[in-house]
Amino acid sequence: MAKANEIKYLTAIKQEKPKKKFCRFKKYGIRYIDYKDIEFLKKFINEQGKILPRRLSGNSLKYQRKVSDAIKKARQMCLLPFVTDLLK
Amino acid sequence: MNNYELMVIFTPVLSEEEFKAAQKKYTDFILEHGGSITHSKPWGLKSLAYPIQKKTTGIYWVLEYSALSSFNEKLQIQILRDEQIMRHMATRLDKYAVEYNARKRSGVPTGNEKAVGA
Repeated sequence: MAKANEIKYLTAIKQEKPKKKFCRFKKYGIRYIDYKDIEFLKKFINEQGKILPRRLSGNSLKYQRKVSDAIKKARQMCLLPFVTDLLK
Repeated sequence: MNNYELMVIFTPVLSEEEFKAAQKKYTDFILEHGGSITHSKPWGLKSLAYPIQKKTTGIYWVLEYSALSSFNEKLQIQILRDEQIMRHMATRLDKYAVEYNARKRSGVPTGNEKAVGA
């Protein structure tokens, strides 16, 4: 009975190294997130229009709050929908 | 004198001159109370992300001004009394925001282009 470590795979198991996430605001030195700039805000919401969590967007806490504030302002001013499907 | 940015959505049935008249009314109102207008930018007719008051389009107007902090209350009353306006929002601009807006207007690349790619 082949032991576990003796099993040879035809192709090596490709562990997809997770892309190192970084906070783009700290890296590029952005200080103000404009709530009118919808194309930029769309990067931080998913298809249903929900705000992406920090672990997915990779933002630091300070800028994640600024992004969520900007998104909520954009939603208030009808620039972004509250809920939708296939937003992108 | 703080810097503020007012975004207003007018009802779409507004004609061009009424829209201009409304803009003029508010800009005069601000100047009259000792404020100063840094930039006014009418976006014009835009479709809304969700219907307000059964209307799916609205006329947007963004106005950047600086005024005394006590002035906003008066402006709020004026806007609420005006039924041509469906929705409005006044936000306070900190120094980074003012610099961002100035750079965006003058075409100098703001920092965001680099981040859009990331």
